[in-house]
Amino acid sequence: MTLGVLRFLRGALATALAGGLWGAVLAAPVPPVAASGDMAPRVRVCTLCHGKEGRATQEGYFPRIAGKPAGYLANQLLNFRDGRRSYAPMSHLIEHLTDDYLREMAAHFAALDLPYPPPPAPQAPPAVLERGRALVQQGDAARRIPACVQCHGAALTGVNPAIPGLLGLPRDYVNSQLGAWATGQRRAQAPDCMADIARRLTPADVGAVSAWLAAQPVAGHGQPAAVLPQAMPVRCGGVDGLPVAEGL
Amino acid sequence: MAARRTLAVVSAMVVVLALAGAAVMMLNVHGEEPLGDHASPVPASAELVARGAYLARVGNCAGCHTAQGGADYAGGRGISTPFGTVYAGNLTPDAATGIGAWSSGDFWRALHHGRSRDGRLLYPAFPYTSYTQVTREDSDAIYAYLRSLPAVPQARPAHALRFPYSTQATLAVWRALNFRPGQPAADPARSAEWNRGAYLVNGLGHCTSCHTPRNALGAERQALALGGGRVAGQGWYAPALDMPAEAGVAQWPLQDVVALLKTGVAPQGSVTGPMAEVVFRSTQHLTDPDARAMAVYLQALPQRSPAGAAVATPAATALQRGAKVYEQHCAQCHGDQGQGEPGAFPALAGNRAVLLADTTNLLRVVLQGGYLPATAGNPRPHGMPPFRQVLGDEEVAAVLSFVRNAWGNQAPGVDTIDAYRAREAR
Repeated sequence: MTLGVLRFLRGALATALAGGLWGAVLAAPVPPVAASGDMAPRVRVCTLCHGKEGRATQEGYFPRIAGKPAGYLANQLLNFRDGRRSYAPMSHLIEHLTDDYLREMAAHFAALDLPYPPPPAPQAPPAVLERGRALVQQGDAARRIPACVQCHGAALTGVNPAIPGLLGLPRDYVNSQLGAWATGQRRAQAPDCMADIARRLTPADVGAVSAWLAAQPVAGHGQPAAVLPQAMPVRCGGVDGLPVAEGL
Repeated sequence: MAARRTLAVVSAMVVVLALAGAAVMMLNVHGEEPLGDHASPVPASAELVARGAYLARVGNCAGCHTAQGGADYAGGRGISTPFGTVYAGNLTPDAATGIGAWSSGDFWRALHHGRSRDGRLLYPAFPYTSYTQVTREDSDAIYAYLRSLPAVPQARPAHALRFPYSTQATLAVWRALNFRPGQPAADPARSAEWNRGAYLVNGLGHCTSCHTPRNALGAERQALALGGGRVAGQGWYAPALDMPAEAGVAQWPLQDVVALLKTGVAPQGSVTGPMAEVVFRSTQHLTDPDARAMAVYLQALPQRSPAGAAVATPAATALQRGAKVYEQHCAQCHGDQGQGEPGAFPALAGNRAVLLADTTNLLRVVLQGGYLPATAGNPRPHGMPPFRQVLGDEEVAAVLSFVRNAWGNQAPGVDTIDAYRAREAR
């Protein structure tokens, strides 16, 4: 717990520093309070699907939430509650909760600093995996597809406060999120950069990317990077305020 | 000869149709007084707008007129009914799609008579059958508040109702059969507090919309007012407010009733399902005197105690299986003796929500879980996980049969088919 709190404070400090460096007000919500000790029984609800301590593994469908950036988790809770993401069981659960409380829940899971299990064996032939790796690490400039690493971090463990990591997730979950974005079933705050990117991906691209991502080990405890070293390739509503590169 | 007979038959049919048409037209305006002056009052004072905002919350207008994630009061939420889906209208002052062109008289007529500005009858999913008791003064305050909102251009989606429910003629007949314009029912023999409570419960609060059973035409059965009803089209049961065994509060300390309305929790129980929404959007905002008045009225309802029927104990195998499921999935929060954890997780032993004859809510709560509403008085509520993904129908039925017959509880078991139906309903 102490480690978790420390980690959380460190994240908060990094966020504050980053905000100062960029001189921009981060639109992504910053948790109002540090996760408090009595949250565990309050979020037991979440653990039925997201695993004990929010550590769902790649064996199931539901994504791990432990150690994800607090702003990202909070945005998703708000998106479910307000209908930008459609998954009725989630929306129903949190229908009558306030922004403050949802942010506190997000902060609780974000502060958990826990290891990941090793990844399952690759689920696709080498050629497909290579195609996935290339898209993740280099993107496809001809089709205006940025590389995943440009926003989600070189280690793909996300960037505080609001960009999620992409490793340690069930392949089916990644497939269905990209599919949902392409069809409008999943939305984020406008401008919805991921919707634009998902619409440029072919089903084969999605399958390749998810296969490669699902096969990667997660370094350390998968903690998100403190800052994104370069400008974002596109503007994203969920992390409004970060600098955006021109031209793509 | 044949031609003459045909003429007679046709004439008779024309007369019958004309009479029927005239009857429907008459029924359409049955009991309505003239609208009178359409002029809107002079610009509303800030005080009037604030009062209107409060009253709109008491009436939970936003509960239907604000869609998930949508602009406040801009409508668009679909309300499921047994006759199809009715979409709530836009109450913002947009001239084309909202109430921008409405006068306060038009607004009052909608509340009091269930008629829209253009003369169409409104669907009783809009609870004008309760709002008819709202005073003109309160109606004008709500109108002033709604007119103060930012105008949002957003047309109401077309209702998706089956024939003949989709017709105005059906509505006219329905209204003639089931509706009389009302007045605030003042009872001079009762205290001012009771009268205020009656006004809030039966008028703006429209508690009867859910808590009164409805007949086959979807009308509230007045003789059983607040006697418990299935929430039409929503798959919940609103327990009786006049029965100690259901949701009656006559035996509770007054402050506990107030606490339930204002925070969603009381020592005796908490709110789930549609009532969680009512507390979240509406009753948590009640002033203390209004919450107290409602509590006083609810406590004074004449109580019914139906004769208890002999209860058959469920099969031992189901109970054993249920006990195992309970130990594995439920005991961590609800305790190994169903004692719960005060302030966090409810006791199941002696819990009347667990023992209700109608198991609709119990099944819903197990399958889809849910948090209590976050309120100023209970800002960080606990919740119940959704077991839909984890437990099969047989396990759900078994664990509920067990819970309803353990630790002194005694209630009929739950069948697997009930669990199946509850799962498929949503």
